[in-house]
Order: sequence, then C-alpha cells, then structure tokens
Amino acid sequence: MDLLRFTTAGSVDDGKSTLIGRLLFDSKAIFEDQLEAVERASAKRGTGEVDLSLLTDGLRAEREQGITIDVAYRYFATPKRKFIIADTPGHIQYTRNMVTGASTANLAIILVDARKGIQEQTNRHAFIASLLGIPHIVFCVNKMDLVDYDEAVFERIKGELEDFSSKLDVQDVRYIPISALKGDMVVQRGANMDWYQGPTLMYLLENIHIAGDINHIDRRLPVQYVIRPQDDRWHDYRGYAGRIAGGVFRVGDAVQVLPSGFASRIKSIDTEKGPLQEAFAPMSVTLTLEDEIDISRGDMLVSPNNLPETTQDVEVMLCWFNERPLVPNGKYALKHTSRDARCMVKEVKYKMDINSLHKLEGDKAIGMNDIGRISLRTTVPLSFDPYNRNRNTGSLILIDEGTNETVAAGMIV
Amino acid sequence: MHNYRLTHLKELESESIHILREVAAQFEHPALLFSGGKDSIVCFHLARKAFFPAKVPFPLVHIDTGHNFPETMRFRDALVQEHSVTLIVGSVQESIDQGKVQEETGYHASRNKLQTVTLLDTIGTHKIDCAIGGGRRDEEKARAKERVFSHRDEFGQWDPKNQRPELWNLYNGRKRPGEHFRAFPISNWTEMDVWQYILHEDIAIPSIYFSHEREVFERDGVLYANSDFMRLKPEEKPYMRRVRFRTIGDMSCTGAVDSPAATLEEIIAEVASSRVTERGSRIDDKRSEAAMEDRKKEGYF
Repeated sequence: MDLLRFTTAGSVDDGKSTLIGRLLFDSKAIFEDQLEAVERASAKRGTGEVDLSLLTDGLRAEREQGITIDVAYRYFATPKRKFIIADTPGHIQYTRNMVTGASTANLAIILVDARKGIQEQTNRHAFIASLLGIPHIVFCVNKMDLVDYDEAVFERIKGELEDFSSKLDVQDVRYIPISALKGDMVVQRGANMDWYQGPTLMYLLENIHIAGDINHIDRRLPVQYVIRPQDDRWHDYRGYAGRIAGGVFRVGDAVQVLPSGFASRIKSIDTEKGPLQEAFAPMSVTLTLEDEIDISRGDMLVSPNNLPETTQDVEVMLCWFNERPLVPNGKYALKHTSRDARCMVKEVKYKMDINSLHKLEGDKAIGMNDIGRISLRTTVPLSFDPYNRNRNTGSLILIDEGTNETVAAGMIV
Repeated sequence: MHNYRLTHLKELESESIHILREVAAQFEHPALLFSGGKDSIVCFHLARKAFFPAKVPFPLVHIDTGHNFPETMRFRDALVQEHSVTLIVGSVQESIDQGKVQEETGYHASRNKLQTVTLLDTIGTHKIDCAIGGGRRDEEKARAKERVFSHRDEFGQWDPKNQRPELWNLYNGRKRPGEHFRAFPISNWTEMDVWQYILHEDIAIPSIYFSHEREVFERDGVLYANSDFMRLKPEEKPYMRRVRFRTIGDMSCTGAVDSPAATLEEIIAEVASSRVTERGSRIDDKRSEAAMEDRKKEGYF
C-alpha cells in the first residue's frame, strides 16, 4: 500500500466539504462519535442539516465564525491506498493556505460549480497548483445534479478548462463530472451519467500512477546531521544522516560533497536493522564514505557527473505570507534543504496577477498573498535544482530575523 | 529498471526520522515526552533508528500524575534500563505539595489538567527548548491544525490562530530566549498506521493494550479500572470483566473497552472494524467540545 497526498481547494459554496465528507463516509473514515459530535454541533446552530465542515474546522474560532482559518489535515485509507488530504480554505488567506497545502501534495482536486463554470478562483487554484509543482490536477465539475446531469454543460466547462490549463505547466490534467451531494461519480458511478466513460474520482485517487512523481535520477543527499557514536564499538564512525532528496545511492557509488567539491565513494548505507545495498528518495538514511572528509550539516552529497547548480545568486518565484510586506533590499534568514543562510532581496522583477496570469512589471510591491519573481543574493552558496525538476532541492523559505516568523516560500526558477 | 516505491509505513517512517533529526540539529536541549503509551513508544523507536548507531541524543521526560497504571510504570523503567537513556520525571504530586496546583475534588477529580503546570515547570527547570510529543493530527480536531514544529511563547502557550506556515519539509525552529517548541514527528500517522507499524517492527508495548481480566466499574457509559485513585459512588459496584485499553492516559482519565483481542493482529482487526475513535474512551477530551484546544493553549501536550 502506498501513500497519496492531495489537496482540495475551494470554498464551502463549491461543495468541497460535502465532497470530503462523502469520501470519508464512503471509505468509513468517519467514526460514530465524530458524527455524533458534528450532529450535536449542527443542531446547536440550528441549520437543520448536518454540516460536514464541522469535522475539519477544529478550532473554536472557526466553529464560532463558521469559517476555515487554517489548513486541516484529514486521513483515510482504502484497501488500495492511504490518503492524506490537506484541506485548504478558499477565502481567507487563500494563497498562504493553498501554497502550504500544495507544497507536499501529489494531486490537487479543484472543484468547479457546474452552474457557474470557471470562476476567478478556479484559475487562481489551478495556477497555484501548477506553480507548486503538483503533478496531477483533477477538475471536478460538481453539482451536475443541478444541471440535469447534462453532458453538454460538462463538455462546455471542460473545453474552457482545457484552454486555461494549456497555459499551465502541469503533466496530468483530468476532468470528472460529479455530484458530491448525490454521490454520482465520487465513489459510485450512479445511474445518471452513462454518457461519461472515464473513471470515478475514487477510482482515479486509488489508481493514479504516482511513483514517477519522485525524482530518482539526480542523486542528492542534503546532510542533516552527522552521527558520531564516540563509543568503543563504533570508535571512528562518522555517518552522514539525511533524507534522500533525489536519485538512488548505492554502495560503491562515487559522490561529491558540495560546496567543498571533495570526492569519495559510498562505503556503507546503515540502518538499525542492518546495512542496505541501495537507498532512494524519499528514504531517510545514514551513509558512510571511504575517505575522511570534513562534512557538516547543510552540505550536499551528489553524483560527480550530475551536479546541481551551486551559486549565491538565486532566482525564485516567491509567495509572500506576512502582513508586513517584503522590504526591497531587505535581509532575511533563509532555509533551503538542511542549509541555513541569510539573504538579501536584490530585485523584484515582477508581480503576478494570479487571476489573469499577467506579469505586472510596473507593480513591484509584494504584500501578503502576493506572488512575484525575485532575485536573491545569499551569504553562502546554495546547491539546488530548478523547482520543476526537484521540489526538495528547489524550494526554500524566508524567515523574518526580528520576529522569527516564516514570511515567504520560494520556488527556485 | 527497479521499482523505487515505498510502502505508506516506510514513507511515514522516513518523514518522522527526518523530523527527529531536524529537532536534534536545530535545538540545544530537546527531550522526548514519554507517557508509556504506544505513540510515545513508537516515537522512541523512531528516534533509535534516526540516530543509529549512536544513542538517542536526548532524554525522556515523563510527567507523572501519580495515578499511573503499574504495568505502564514497569514498562517505562524496563525500557529506560534496556536502552540506557536518561529519564526525567516531573511529578504532579510535587506540584501539588508545593502549592502550585490544587487537587480537583469530587467523583470526577482528575490530575489530567494539572499536568500542564508540572510539564511547563519541568521544561523550564531542565531548559528544554524542544519537547517532542507523540500527538497525531487524526486524534482530535484541534491537533489536526497543529504544526509539526509548534511554537510556544514564554508562558508555554500555543496560539492556534497565529501559527507559522509550514511548507515542504522545511521546519522553522527559530525562537526567542524563554520560548520553546513542541515537535510532533508522527503528526501524519493514524491510529491504524501506529498499530501496523508496531506489528511490522515488532515493538514491545505495555500488557494492558491486550485483553485481560480486570476489576472495573461503569460510570457515564465508560468502563474505569478500579483503583485506589478512584472514588466510587455508592451505586457503583466493581466487577471483573475482560477488557483492554485502546489508549493509555492515567487511571483517572482512561476508559477500558470490552475486547477479546490478545494479539497485535487481533487489535488491528478490532481497530479496523471499530466505529468509534480511540479518543472516545478518553474522559479528558469530553469535558467540552474545545477541551483539547483549551488545554493545548495553556501548554498541554
């Protein structure tokens, strides 16, 4: 059984909570005591219906105000797969929350109301999903029951979505007509849309091929921690621990250490259950090398004939999260793989209008929820791959050195 | 061409090991909160794997309410001895004796809430800058919103509305002096994942997770273990019953479930067919709808 992480974006009006509720119900991931608690809370509100959003809206303020404030994680499993849903609110702080939820997702579900067709937020969601490198996007044209399950309505919306998606950098885009409320094409096919020959949403989630989403080509291990037991049995042991960010490592393979450039070979791959002959992304491992080299946290072990770029000048697409806007020429702390550094904002190239996808070359003020292209100069060289080649080695965050808050996420261009 | 795929358990394990190593790298005095329950046992097992062949580079901290199951305490002491780790015990009884907290009274008295004061005191005394916990997001709806690296202010408080965005596998553990972090390496695990992993890795757990005969009494639909810590109402009559515990808190806040499950395989089958959550037997969560959120804001686990 493997693991699929997906994100759902949209507002309550799109039927997102109903859809998640149906996926959870039909996979038996909602328990009786949870359902009773939601029924009690719904009755208190007097809305008459069981409000499934109460399942995910966990904070007191969210329940009191009837809004989702933050990303909520939900879990369910079928006999085929385990699923983690990052459920992100559509209205408040949408960019910040969507970007956060999307950062680890393999797949994005974007809901479109069949009565309304493509909305501004549909484009926004699709753009953020593609910017964050989500390999699979599933557009669910929802509320088909309210348009008499009309094939022509679905085909028209699908055509519009195809036009828009062609401008995005996404490998795999799917379109499914559903009724989350009635259940058609969610888990069961239902009897109302025989004209649709494709898979149900659940079938797609269970069977979509995700093994190819991980980079197994470019050998990358950011060193996270150096293991030195310093006892008699392991006297001279130096193990380089980290989570493989790309590629495959085998005993005997040549490696180069960045940024120092020293070369060596892999002597062993050690685990508590015994040594391994090979290890691959995203495994957490401990490697030892044939030669004694000075290696510490923040360094990266790579293949000598397939090097990442190593430089102090980095171009990123930056999403800004904080109320205090980006300071031109400002200095920030930066985290990239296991590397801590500082950086200076050298230039704001443009800001994106994320509804129209236009580049606003004249508007360079980056405030909360804005996305822009930025040049950074870092205090130490970073070893990276472009984000669209490797999400692990191509991502970074910026931290305000005064407040310690995470103020921005960057995708290296 | 090989098929480079990880099972969901291996992927979760890898994520958790990465988190534990980040904690060890980013903090000076981390510690693992250890209750003797299955989640903290799994965290310790993951920590052993993360730092092998070196020893786990941080101590265990047990917040002792004084109302523990004796089986859990024996298990804790045996584990500490086997792996020669340091154990720090924060005693709720001492906090009571020092007048820092007041014992609750009445039939529903529990030391659950009092633990927060002892926990924050222990964190302060031992200068712990990151307390690692076994909390999982699927357990409870306030936990579902918590970050893996979760910031606490100088009063130990959690501000759920003002959490730092947490993206990819990049964890921001920066803080001011006096503040600390909580880190949750098994955030993304479900109850089922934990049980499957315990089976897969052959991890020892306290005997009370398995079916056994025990003297219990019933209150508000919950089966409590009878003990000196519980004050019985006149109409409450203890009797013998075959039960097990699905979660382990202390004796005053954990209910037993009727169960014949005597092996891990049987427990997994039982969890798979269960229609209530594991927190359903936790009286501490039922005090109000936001019981967990309110306790967590004050600095609870």
